[in-house]
Amino acid sequence: MVDLNLIKEFTWSRKHLLGLESLEKIEIEHVLELAKSLKEILNRPVKKVPALRGKTIALLFYEPSTRTRISFELAAKRLSADTVNFSVSSSSVVKGESLKDTGLNIEAMNVDIIVVRNSSAGTAHYLSKNVSAGIINAGDGMHEHPTQALLDLFTILEYKKKISNLTVAIVGDIAHSRVARSNIYGLKKMGARVILCGPPTMLLPEFKNLGIEISYDLNRVLECADVLNVLRIQKERINESLFPSMAEYREFFGVTRDRLLKYARPGLLILHPGPVNRGVELSPDVLDKGLIKKNIYSVVLNQVTNGLAVRMAILYLISGVGGKVEAVD
Amino acid sequence: MKLLIKNGNVADLKKKDFKIRDVLIEGEKIVQVAENIKDSKARVIDASCLYVLPGLIDLHAHIREPGREDEEDVFSASCAAVKGGFTTICCMPNTSPAIDNAGLVKYIFEKAQQLAMVDILPIGAITKNRAGLELSEMLKMWVAGAVGFSDDGNWVKNSLMMRRAMEYSLMHEMLLILHCEDEDLSKDGVINEGMVSLKMGLSGIPRESEVISVKRDIELAKLTGAKIHITHLSCKESVDAVNEAKKQGVNITADTAPHYLALTEEAVLDYNTNAKINPPLRLEEDRMSLIKALKDGVIDAIATDHAPHSDEEKDCEFNLASFGITGFETALAIGMKNFELIDLAEKMSYNPAKILGLHDKGEINPGFIADVLIVDSGMKWKLLEEEVVSKSKNTPFLNWEFKGKVKHLIHKGAVVMDNFEIKEVI
Amino acid sequence: MSKIIEKSKVLDALQIHKTLRRISHEIIEKNKSLPDIAIVGIRTRGVYLAQRIQANISEIEGVELSLGALDITLYRDDLTSIAAQPQVKETDLNFDLNDKIIIIVDDVLFTGRTIRCALDELIDFGRPRAIQLAVLVDRGHRELPVRADYVGKNIPTSMTESIEVRVKEVDGCDEVVVVEVVDG
Repeated sequence: MVDLNLIKEFTWSRKHLLGLESLEKIEIEHVLELAKSLKEILNRPVKKVPALRGKTIALLFYEPSTRTRISFELAAKRLSADTVNFSVSSSSVVKGESLKDTGLNIEAMNVDIIVVRNSSAGTAHYLSKNVSAGIINAGDGMHEHPTQALLDLFTILEYKKKISNLTVAIVGDIAHSRVARSNIYGLKKMGARVILCGPPTMLLPEFKNLGIEISYDLNRVLECADVLNVLRIQKERINESLFPSMAEYREFFGVTRDRLLKYARPGLLILHPGPVNRGVELSPDVLDKGLIKKNIYSVVLNQVTNGLAVRMAILYLISGVGGKVEAVD
Repeated sequence: MKLLIKNGNVADLKKKDFKIRDVLIEGEKIVQVAENIKDSKARVIDASCLYVLPGLIDLHAHIREPGREDEEDVFSASCAAVKGGFTTICCMPNTSPAIDNAGLVKYIFEKAQQLAMVDILPIGAITKNRAGLELSEMLKMWVAGAVGFSDDGNWVKNSLMMRRAMEYSLMHEMLLILHCEDEDLSKDGVINEGMVSLKMGLSGIPRESEVISVKRDIELAKLTGAKIHITHLSCKESVDAVNEAKKQGVNITADTAPHYLALTEEAVLDYNTNAKINPPLRLEEDRMSLIKALKDGVIDAIATDHAPHSDEEKDCEFNLASFGITGFETALAIGMKNFELIDLAEKMSYNPAKILGLHDKGEINPGFIADVLIVDSGMKWKLLEEEVVSKSKNTPFLNWEFKGKVKHLIHKGAVVMDNFEIKEVI
Repeated sequence: MSKIIEKSKVLDALQIHKTLRRISHEIIEKNKSLPDIAIVGIRTRGVYLAQRIQANISEIEGVELSLGALDITLYRDDLTSIAAQPQVKETDLNFDLNDKIIIIVDDVLFTGRTIRCALDELIDFGRPRAIQLAVLVDRGHRELPVRADYVGKNIPTSMTESIEVRVKEVDGCDEVVVVEVVDG
């Protein structure tokens, strides 16, 4: 029987997930909706469905990553796909096999999807042009990290029930952040107001051209933000003179209990893509306890759970379903 | 051996005009330019409806020899040069090892003598191994035949070192060709800094990296009186600086490369490594400003910056890809999209000859070397990868359509391109 | 382009209503301990039929049975051959399945593959004491050894025909029609 609902609804047609810049709003909504359906599986006694049985997913990580890799791996397993890990240290990129050859070798093993992370922007694009497997970008240099942004959107939607017209502030090293870029694209498409906040050394003025506001004053930003997405600050950036010291950063851009009590609006939702530098960009009392008084809390761990659901949705969609609509009895 | 080019539109660079003339070549020289020359012994090339220009002279090319003969060598570079209409090319010293001593200058001359169909003139390094730390033996190289000096690829960052090099060059008014880039400012940068770099997540090279270094070198040229040539200008502000310097009487000339006249930073979108070049492709306003500066004479020359790279250096992650674009085979055709042929003859032959002090090149006149280019200006063609002559195919112009092609090329009286075909004449 | 033509209406709203009443009675009759029963509808239309059966039983016996919804998409064996991926909706089983008698409700029983999916999925949630099947229409053409415990109406069909069950929650009206897919 032909289910009219199945036909009239949006169908996903992308073979790769390279970034959110190229996604349409309706595609983002579709992912979020699917993730919502799939999240239920995580609470079942048997946390596994056979949807991707027989599919093979390669995790090609050129950068150390625990949570993203594990999240993808678990997501794949929850859908009954097989996973293989190719962890390559960055140094061997220069010395050893080229990315193209690695991609082709993985493909020769009949892998269906390659999830790739690499410190060079454009790596996922490059692979998508050179191999026939579906490519999922798990972070390429400073370019994009689409699944992180999708899970951030999912988390915002879960708590706020909407995204449009919310004021979302992204705080920290925006210039070097792929999470920030993907979030900006996603949030703008979903109709949010986006404010970027951080020292100007890590916040190029060109961001304004993306229809975004910029502020160097976290306190002012807190006064109007509904959601705060706090980015990890990398200690190595001190050596590049992007900021003088952790202490100074903490004092002016650290999200602390005192600052929140003084400036934040009630109901502020605090996100962080992790891993958190405790006591630097986010103080432990905010991270662990939240502020019951103003109904402000961090949802960092919920983000991790949601990450699984979102990645399941992406794997399911990218798994390359071809053919025609068939009768469902 | 005599050659008679009949009825061509012959470039008169002094009057900046074409006239229908015949050109008689005897041996390596042009002996007569006039109407209705008759010579029964000469081979006749019918140039009716064609344009006759002095052979092109490239101030800036990389022929990868010695060191990366897999990417290009003297022979393959000369074939590509012939295809593009060049009869003289200057090769930059960023080879492996660097051309920073008289021995290597001679080596290039000897190799060219044996294998090349065009003149290859070596540029020596300003500092040893182009490291910016010690002056190289410029005078020995000059005597061996180096036509100029450059640390191309690197800027001589130390101002005192640059001052010394400029002072030293005064001895013979030796030409210094300067790659201007403040490497601290362009740290890790791979494309122009701006919206495109921001969106692509790539580190940017700000225009100030070029502008600041151009300005410093202008100041040092003022101080020392050296003859400097700023190569591959990429942005408006550098043009302004050169213009200002010229007004002040600084002994300065400048060139830009064809790709800056044809492309903007958008060419790298989609992570196209073939458009990765240093200095980077910039904005439309820069492109327009460079075209205008050429027309106004602020920029004297178009130089290819022909930079061949192997597949593995380009077919990879954008950050890891090498900088550079091949240029010989497309330079003239790209030029023709924006300029009249007579202007191109000036920017790509007459002026380069002047800059290099080559007194018998760059014009079609009796007594000049018989380096003659005959162009079919209406010929339409497409750059197909399999037709690229250079060993390397790293050009963003693959599959572009052009109008205007080299039909014949004569180098020192020998026909090296005959009716669109390269003749291996050495 | 193939076209779908409506051939005949086999059940109207009233007949559907009566049929579901009968099935509800049969369920009550067949099962001794009503509180052990849970009704689980298969998405999309089975869910609405399940809701009605549950409401019927509540009305007749005054017992509020657990109600669930099953989305079997992720359990299908033909996912790789479907271009337009069916929308995955949430499976909603907010009760303990262990030792329950589960009554699966679907609109049409055809090849039996959907029911196979439903059985697999249910078992991932626990170990029911028994699973029974109620369908509004059985159109034959089984490909798996599946049999319904409660059948609203047997409608023999040809392979070019199809049965469309419409429910007012989704389609605006209650009816069952036979349609035929014609080429051209």
